Amino acid sequence: MAKSDAFLEVDDLAIHFGGIKAVDGVTFSVKKGEVYTIIGPNGAGKSTIFNLIGRIYDPTHGSVSFEGKRISRLPTHKIVGRGIARTFQNIELFEMATVLDNMLLGRHAHLGAGLLSHMGFFPHVRREEERHRHMIEEVIDFLDLQHYRDQRIAELPYGVRKVVELGRALATEPKLLLLDEPSSGLNVEETEDMAFWISDIQSILGITVVMVEHDMTLVNEVSDRVLAINYGKVIAEGTPEEVQVHPEVIRAYLGGDEDEPAEGPKEGEGDGEG
Amino acid sequence: MRYQFKTEYIQDIRLFRWGGARAFWTLLGVYTLIVAGLNLFMPGQMTALNWVGLGAVSAVLYTVVVRKVAGDALWYGLLGIVVLTAPFVLDIYFVSQLTLVYIYAIAGVGLMLLVGQAGLISLGHAAFMACGAYVAAIMSQQGYDLLVILPAAVLISAMLGFIVGLPALRMTGIYLGFATYAFAYIFEEVLARADGLTGGNNGMLVEMPQLFTFLDGVKIGGLELGPIVIDNEVKLYFLSLALVALTILVGINILRSPTGRAFSAIRDSEVAAEALGVNLAIYKTAAFAISAGMAGLAGALNAYFLSYIFPEAFTILVSIELLVMVLVGGLGSPLGVVFGAIFIVMVPEMVAIAKDILPPAIGEQPGLKNGVYGLILILFLIFEPLGIHGWWLKAKTYFNLFPLYKQGLFKRQKSYMVSERDR
Repeated sequence: MAKSDAFLEVDDLAIHFGGIKAVDGVTFSVKKGEVYTIIGPNGAGKSTIFNLIGRIYDPTHGSVSFEGKRISRLPTHKIVGRGIARTFQNIELFEMATVLDNMLLGRHAHLGAGLLSHMGFFPHVRREEERHRHMIEEVIDFLDLQHYRDQRIAELPYGVRKVVELGRALATEPKLLLLDEPSSGLNVEETEDMAFWISDIQSILGITVVMVEHDMTLVNEVSDRVLAINYGKVIAEGTPEEVQVHPEVIRAYLGGDEDEPAEGPKEGEGDGEG
Repeated sequence: MRYQFKTEYIQDIRLFRWGGARAFWTLLGVYTLIVAGLNLFMPGQMTALNWVGLGAVSAVLYTVVVRKVAGDALWYGLLGIVVLTAPFVLDIYFVSQLTLVYIYAIAGVGLMLLVGQAGLISLGHAAFMACGAYVAAIMSQQGYDLLVILPAAVLISAMLGFIVGLPALRMTGIYLGFATYAFAYIFEEVLARADGLTGGNNGMLVEMPQLFTFLDGVKIGGLELGPIVIDNEVKLYFLSLALVALTILVGINILRSPTGRAFSAIRDSEVAAEALGVNLAIYKTAAFAISAGMAGLAGALNAYFLSYIFPEAFTILVSIELLVMVLVGGLGSPLGVVFGAIFIVMVPEMVAIAKDILPPAIGEQPGLKNGVYGLILILFLIFEPLGIHGWWLKAKTYFNLFPLYKQGLFKRQKSYMVSERDR
């Protein structure tokens, strides 16, 4: 159960879809301020772990605790209020809205005024909007998005969308950031930018980052610790260097010498999902 | 081309985007003062022509004097003058047609918020209109003041909308359409059966409502303040005008506030909206309640407009008419709704005129009006998904950019397919 020093504590987490054990008893804990990466072949259950932490799925058993409090029974929309923000593997931006509106939606959990005062758009609503806008401009500055501020998402290239989604997550002022494949679909240069921002988020903003990532260059560059999973089970945990040479990990990626099933995970996936 | 430099954040959410609210109010104030003064000193002398002349003079004065800070407030000012003078100039037939436009626009703003902004569909808006209409009719019979009747019509319809919104939590798209349609059908049937209250299929007469009954006998300078009985087309025109202005203001306020943003978030990606803390249950039902409340208000006005209501006046066809209106006008903008309302009021008139010209084989067909609606809707969806508002935007951009306008400026762009979405 939740130890007092642990920031994010995942304990014996499992979810079964029918007979498929997508996540099967995963336990790990993330310390405050670190970048923690989850790797694993396709279908290993990495995104499912994120969806369990983000409360999109209900776990079959096990628990998730954040800052010593259990969050695995909270309603989905309350997660962000606890200080957990996330991005999605396939980008879930609001396509018909501008970059600005997308980011302002990141402030939703910090809203003070209610529906009725919005109908009248009273002065305090106006002031609140202005305050949120100031905060958004800081995020826009941080991520160099000034140029795209008033453009609709549908008009933006994929790489920029990825950054906007990161910005929207930052706009919620999170303590913990869940990044689901931040580099998927990005070219080499954009991936380098992403690595730069992730380490900035960690060092300047002091936000703890948990990410799922395939690009090992990015993983090596920014991660403090790495967790490798396969078929919903933990196979290795440690520094990036340790995990990469772990025999179980190599077997998971390159195919087993004996017992592994024939439809074993492929190598070199994780990009081009756009 | 005119550049608009942004100097403060608040500029994005201002009602008059580039300043000029003050100029607008000043103009209205000056105009009202002049008219009131002339009326006071020369009673009976103000003919319709003078009103128009006065309007034109004020507009010119305004353009010359305040144009520099005016921006789009100029056009709002002109529009204000036009709609305020219209009933004194136009034939009474056109006045009532305009009233009908306002009534449809009120319902349309609500439906636009629901369909265009929140991405939910309703085929049951006729029922909310019926609810408002019957509340108004019944309460007028009891002799209530309009100041009580209208809020009651809005609130009761909104409550009904809230209840209908509950299934929206689990349904989307065509299933939601059918659920709301079923509700509207049941509601129509209930109205027809509850003949003790509603007069059943025979319908009920709507008594003309009174405004400001509490001011009965109060006089200021020989001028009786109340009660005002809404007993002719012009009074109903001004009542509808005031209410459509209020509704559009509320609509714009919702669109530019966090609530409007949350609605659009639900439309574009529910899973992301929820991850950002949008409570889907609250916002979806709220969208339905607001939308239904506005439809109820339109229904109440419609009851006074028709002066006789019966359940058959609020069938599925009315719901579809409203949807056509919102789609043809252009989703997502109150201006588009007004264009749509003008369109929906004009089509039957056009069809009536066309009937005389067309050969009887076509002209005598019973479903001609609905056929025309359908055809126009399809043509719009294919060729101009932005609706009449899209034409407006293009014309505006054309003149703004004058020699530089490109043909493909508003062309729809192909974008990435969103696959494997968690919904």
